[in-house]
Amino acid sequence: MDVYLLQLFNGLSISSILLLVALGLAITFGLMKIINMAHGELIMIGAYSTYLTQNLFKDYLPESLFNWYFVLAIPVSFGIAFIFGLILEMSLIRFLYGRPLDSLLATWGVGLVLQQLARTIFGAPNVAVKSPAWLDGGLRIMNGTLLPYKRLFIIALVIACLVAMYFYIYRSHEGRRMRAVMQNRDMAACLGVSTRRVDAMTFAIGSGIAGIAGCALTLMGPIGPSLGTYYIVDAFMVVVLGGVGKLVGTVLGATGIGMFNTLFEYWTNASLGKVLVFVCIVAFLQWKPMGLVAMRSRSLD
Amino acid sequence: MKESAILQCDDVTVEFDGFKAVQGMSLKLLKGELRFLIGPNGAGKTTMLDVICGKVRPTAGRVTFGGKVDITRKKEHQIAELGIGRKFQAPSIFPSMSVMENLEIAMRQKRTVFATLFAKMLDEDRDRIGHQLTMIGLQEKSGWRAGGLSHGEKQWLEIGMMLLQEPEILLLDEPVAGMTDKETDKTGELLHEIARKRSVVVVEHDMEFVRNFASKVTVMHEGKLLKEGSMDEVQSDDRVAEVYLGKRRDADVSRSTA
Amino acid sequence: MQLKPFTTQRIWILIGYAAAAAALFSAPLFVSDFRLNLLAKFLAFAIVALGLDLIWGYTGILSLGHGIFFGLGAYAMAMYLKLEASGGRPPDFMGWSGLKELPLFWKPFEYFGFAVAMGIIIPALLALVLGYFTFRNRIRGVYFTILTQAIVIITTTLLIGQQAYTGGTNGVTGYSTLLGFPLASPDTKRVLYWVTVAALIGIFVFCRFVIGSRFGKVLRAIRDGENRIRFIGYNPAVYQMVIFTISAGIAGIAGMLFVLHVGIISPSMLGIVPSIEMVLWVAIGGRGTLIGAALGAILMNWAKSEFSTAYPEGWLFFMGLLFVVVVVFMPKGVAGLVSQLKVRKKRREPKNEGVRNPAV
Repeated sequence: MDVYLLQLFNGLSISSILLLVALGLAITFGLMKIINMAHGELIMIGAYSTYLTQNLFKDYLPESLFNWYFVLAIPVSFGIAFIFGLILEMSLIRFLYGRPLDSLLATWGVGLVLQQLARTIFGAPNVAVKSPAWLDGGLRIMNGTLLPYKRLFIIALVIACLVAMYFYIYRSHEGRRMRAVMQNRDMAACLGVSTRRVDAMTFAIGSGIAGIAGCALTLMGPIGPSLGTYYIVDAFMVVVLGGVGKLVGTVLGATGIGMFNTLFEYWTNASLGKVLVFVCIVAFLQWKPMGLVAMRSRSLD
Repeated sequence: MKESAILQCDDVTVEFDGFKAVQGMSLKLLKGELRFLIGPNGAGKTTMLDVICGKVRPTAGRVTFGGKVDITRKKEHQIAELGIGRKFQAPSIFPSMSVMENLEIAMRQKRTVFATLFAKMLDEDRDRIGHQLTMIGLQEKSGWRAGGLSHGEKQWLEIGMMLLQEPEILLLDEPVAGMTDKETDKTGELLHEIARKRSVVVVEHDMEFVRNFASKVTVMHEGKLLKEGSMDEVQSDDRVAEVYLGKRRDADVSRSTA
Repeated sequence: MQLKPFTTQRIWILIGYAAAAAALFSAPLFVSDFRLNLLAKFLAFAIVALGLDLIWGYTGILSLGHGIFFGLGAYAMAMYLKLEASGGRPPDFMGWSGLKELPLFWKPFEYFGFAVAMGIIIPALLALVLGYFTFRNRIRGVYFTILTQAIVIITTTLLIGQQAYTGGTNGVTGYSTLLGFPLASPDTKRVLYWVTVAALIGIFVFCRFVIGSRFGKVLRAIRDGENRIRFIGYNPAVYQMVIFTISAGIAGIAGMLFVLHVGIISPSMLGIVPSIEMVLWVAIGGRGTLIGAALGAILMNWAKSEFSTAYPEGWLFFMGLLFVVVVVFMPKGVAGLVSQLKVRKKRREPKNEGVRNPAV
């Protein structure tokens, strides 16, 4: 019983990380149809931002404050990744709308450059980020099963991000413009929405969320220049499985992949588990080729 | 009369996420008939064509081809092979290929991988394509990239491709939308010629264009059949007038939408 | 295929091809053994590029999984070579992982013919299965691309995870002979080089035949409008499956040749990065032109071998930037630039022949 509870929790934890990584993609891929392969590197940027924030606290602020660096690191990671995303959109992505496959290749090139840049600045070896003391230890439930605070914190962080995104997209003025542009660009432009600005903002927000994901990943272990590449393909699978255009799909996709991954790895081993998950995804797509939640349209292509 | 019906739609209903685009529509097309499908915006005309050519699966109802084959569950390419050709509203040709190549692959032939891999251009084929090129007036441009043609020329090329397919039924969705008057006249001539040999269903907004043909007209409204008959009968019908009155302006404005 | 008249331009092109083929065949006469070995490797890569161009350039399907097809071919050949080196006993790495018996699926790889057949059949079969489950359901475009990338991830994790059967991260290396001839001897290397040149020319001609046929025109039509072609009566899924399978088989052949020249295959040679690098070769050379794809592969790998050892960091920067520049500013690659120049020249001449063949 305990074992299953722990597996369930592990699955949930993996799902939450996947979701955090995939949320940004749900925006850039789901709404803008841009395959941003540099998303992984934006995550890496978020992680290094956290690393830098930690170092600043360590070097310039009294020790008593150190534990609170992480609270600041979240907005800092978001902000820095946001700026990178903004620059990326304005200099490159804007030429690639309507060419999803080309966007994939070009952003992969960008990712390569960013990775190399990180390697030049921070060195190739991984660096460790010391997580704050208040996240050490865990919650003890029932007879001794320990739920680490770090993982609980990530789950909470994901929920917070989801709620914030929901309110932004569906309740705010800006979000309404964003949805208008994504659904009917020409019409929105006619009604006086600056589509250029909305595109740039949307992409930057997607990138910023990648930054938060990177910040959260520092809790899970040391970080390195190729941090993002471990997650990027899984994250895309989440979006493919979940279907594009709706947040619900992404949440369900991440939960599904995370849970099944844990389950299969528990039953078999790490490498076979991955194969089984992939087979399940392809099998599922036989039934629903457009993913869990899909929008229908009448156009020819 | 029943044996000569080439296409029979019975009680066709189509639902998109709860919205009923077509509700219990029935349509009978005779062999060699030219039929116009008209109606205000959102009447379900294009959806009806989509059902016939297999692009949209009806939620309920049956579509029978040639008196016996139920095509409701068949795939698009199977339906096309049976002999139903579809021309979409926006010209959909293959832009990166030459006019000649567009016609070559559309030509009636065996369409398996093996057959196309070893297919040779016979003199007979070249004659057929040449004849078609003359008919659509593109013989001078056979080597052009199809994407570089004008809008009207693209429409004709697509009609030419469909004719080389030699379907028994042709489904045309607003063939004159976005055309100049001169182009419209030429398309009208083409249509007259086409209709001599096969059954044709045309969705059209342009009433002037429809009046040039003495043929049966089906009026759809809100996914249902409203009236069927000659153009005169249709025009004198009260319900049709009601649907169209005050909306006539709409119909003119929206030539290019559906 | 149409019979085309022998215009002067066509004759010149044919002469060009003949000269290139002659130069390739006679390369051993004026190139050092070391350089010859490098060139042979590049030619093997050019073969993958041809296969990749068939599906990406002509059919519009982007596969980021060609590293795997290439790798499966390579592994098939490597298994044969390894068994020949160990005299049919379990290879060294199996012993390290405590495996005493040769696994059953390794046994038939003792036979050269079987290994070569598998080097083509296994990648082709994997492509067919993946293609069947995706194209049939109209999973395409970026969705398909992402799935091919997932295939790469799971295959490499499998190869690394099942160390006892696959050699793990180190891969399979340490060969001695091929059909009794020592692999290290310059004579064997020269013969293998010629085999590679012959394979490249053969596959090039085959690809020309495929894209020149009506089948090839249907492929281009699929690239232009997959949905439209259904209403003409073609089933695009079958065409996509066939060309994807052919393309994977070609990658498998290239992988087998690669192992013979390089003497090692490991998971890092077929992962995400090598797979996407293959796409870059085609992009730079020019997608949609066979000669462009092949030249792109040779050129890029030559540049890589020249610069990457001297400036490993600079090389990655350069490659990343090249990706961006090529995709954004020259989507048709170098071959596209060349044909653009040609068209510009032609425009000045009175007769416009149009674009029957956009480029050679």
